[in-house]
Amino acid sequence: MSAPSANTTPILEVRDLKKYFPIKKGLFSRTVGQVKALDGISFDVQAGEVLGLVGESGCGKTTAGRCILQLMQPTSGSVKFEGQEIVGLSRSELRPLRRHMQIVFQDPYSSLNPRLTIGSILREAITTHNLARGAAVNDRVAELLTLVGLSPTHQARYPHEFSGGQRQRIGIARALAVNPRLIVADEPVSALDVSIQAQVVNLLRDLQRQMHLTYIFVAHDLSVVKHISDRVAVMYLGTIAELAGSAELYANPRHPYTVSLLSAIPIPDPDRRRHRIVLRGDVPSPANPPSGCRFHTRCYMAQPVCAHEVPLLREVAPGHWSACHFAEQVAAPAPGQS
Amino acid sequence: MTSAPPDRHDPLAPLVLDPAESRADTATPPESPTTIFWRQLKKSPLAIIGGSVLLLFYLLAIVAPFVAPYPEEEMDRRRYFHPPHSLHLIDRQGSFHLRPFVRETRLANPQQFRYEDIETEERPLRFFVRGASYTMLGLVSSNLHLFGVDNGSRVYLLGTDSFGRDEFSRLLYGGQVSLTVGLVGILISFSLGLLLGGISGYVGGATDSVIMRSTELLLSIPSLYLIIALRAVFPIDLPSQQVYLGIVAILAFIGWAGLARVIRGLVLSIRRNEYVTAAEALGVSRFRIITRHILPNTWSFVIVAATISVPGYILGEVVLSFLGVGVQEPAASWGNMLNQARSLRALTSFPWLLYVPGVAIFLTVMAFNFLGDGLRDALDPRRVTGGTS
Repeated sequence: MSAPSANTTPILEVRDLKKYFPIKKGLFSRTVGQVKALDGISFDVQAGEVLGLVGESGCGKTTAGRCILQLMQPTSGSVKFEGQEIVGLSRSELRPLRRHMQIVFQDPYSSLNPRLTIGSILREAITTHNLARGAAVNDRVAELLTLVGLSPTHQARYPHEFSGGQRQRIGIARALAVNPRLIVADEPVSALDVSIQAQVVNLLRDLQRQMHLTYIFVAHDLSVVKHISDRVAVMYLGTIAELAGSAELYANPRHPYTVSLLSAIPIPDPDRRRHRIVLRGDVPSPANPPSGCRFHTRCYMAQPVCAHEVPLLREVAPGHWSACHFAEQVAAPAPGQS
Repeated sequence: MTSAPPDRHDPLAPLVLDPAESRADTATPPESPTTIFWRQLKKSPLAIIGGSVLLLFYLLAIVAPFVAPYPEEEMDRRRYFHPPHSLHLIDRQGSFHLRPFVRETRLANPQQFRYEDIETEERPLRFFVRGASYTMLGLVSSNLHLFGVDNGSRVYLLGTDSFGRDEFSRLLYGGQVSLTVGLVGILISFSLGLLLGGISGYVGGATDSVIMRSTELLLSIPSLYLIIALRAVFPIDLPSQQVYLGIVAILAFIGWAGLARVIRGLVLSIRRNEYVTAAEALGVSRFRIITRHILPNTWSFVIVAATISVPGYILGEVVLSFLGVGVQEPAASWGNMLNQARSLRALTSFPWLLYVPGVAIFLTVMAFNFLGDGLRDALDPRRVTGGTS
């Protein structure tokens, strides 16, 4: 599968990435089963692009982010960063690459070491990669704090003295400290108040434009993703259900799961009636996913074929990929979508 | 939030943060964790008392040669089992003296070591007197002592033992051994326990299994047998300095295992924090992640555990010396002083042989426990009041 603009080498190529967690039991840790957190996802990310990754809790978004950055060892598959295979590299081989790929975390409280000052958190990032020496380190720390909208005087303070939004800015500054090219933003705003969410999303978008960053923006909130992403991948139970340009996906979804997600976005207009598709039941267990199409147990369009034939992710329109047998028949959600 | 907020900002300029976000910018100066810790600790009077008592004891142990009127090994062959001298302020004429004095005694009953005062022989207590020369801390050489009585006489504030040695002096010299054995012991065992527990918890896998099985092996042997077996490795006639080091090593060797297990558990939970993942994503080395990001977050537990485990070492030395395999006579330790009070006769006729080291051990152990309790409360984040976040 290739991305729309295939003439340039993508900054990131993910192919058939899988992560199975063994379920162990008994005295000798016998493996009795596997949780298929990530079951073969493939996509490309172009330099300077923002790829949104959305899905329900437990669909493997976070696992995907961690496996791409090699913070978790993938079970199989390939991840190429700027053409270089990074799956299977040792810690020391990964080390020089680490400064090009960074991560921003979801939880602003557990992502900063409570025992270190903001200054020493940022200095550690800079000195680990020998990006500055002596007084230049402190200049860089001050520059980073200013960049994310904090004051350089904050560097002597401890994380507990900051609010959630400010902590998230510090987390962003830490990721930016090493001048990365790719940032995996792992639900960077979902732990924040709605009023702060917009500030942080805007900050991320401004930084991306200004520094030509590439983002993989993980979220479970379609509206947040729409605001920042160029393309969006919808995940369900460890697989990609649909992948398309942001505008195209929202206007013209080609997978019933996407349709049902879009129908759940609240519309800020009390007079408008909307047709909401409420999914039945819970997400099935990733330890024992349904046969055929993984979504068929909850799909309003399910046909007998869906239960035994796995739909492949195919290009249903230029740049628009869907993993549904009936992608062409999927109708856009009822009028009233924003 | 479906549409972009209309107001755009310049990311290079510091944001005007909304009031909810700018809590850290308010006028109240930030409180360092140390300040909060002291404020919390001051709320616990028992901990302050415990801490002060310990401070005093350690200070006295350090300056023992100066405070003690006599060397620890000096025997007075005329006064075996001498009871503690009482300090008098009023002489037999009934007049008051500001300077306390003791009365000379004589052996009234040589079989039972009964002494009686000679009313006429009053020996005023003198301060800063010249006596036996000593070297303190290997630095200061002097023969000045805090107190004493005129030449030819003796003052035994806490009595003498079966060799006529001053219990007060031996208590101070013994404190040097008994009080430091705990500190040096936890220094060794906690370094081992923290490092091995940290590695075990962070690295996991086979390393974890090897370390944890070794701790289980160590913990499964009854510790008293282990102590005695380990002591048997050293020759019996070692100089007391080396015996001391041997005891510390033995106690530390037994002590690290339990701690390593707890630290491993703590590390397993701390490593799930995203700041550890962030450090990994930055390519920080494993050793630095363990020592800088993981272990410092176990400090509050470690400080409390250390304080509470010091008495264990002190009592360990006491047990070893009491069994006769610890610090050897004539060098003093609280354990071998207690050893002198083993017989029924000593308990009934010369009770100070039991009280003197016994009370010292009791007070030290209590003080450490009070201090440990206070520290635990002061370091418990749920008890912290008035802090932000």
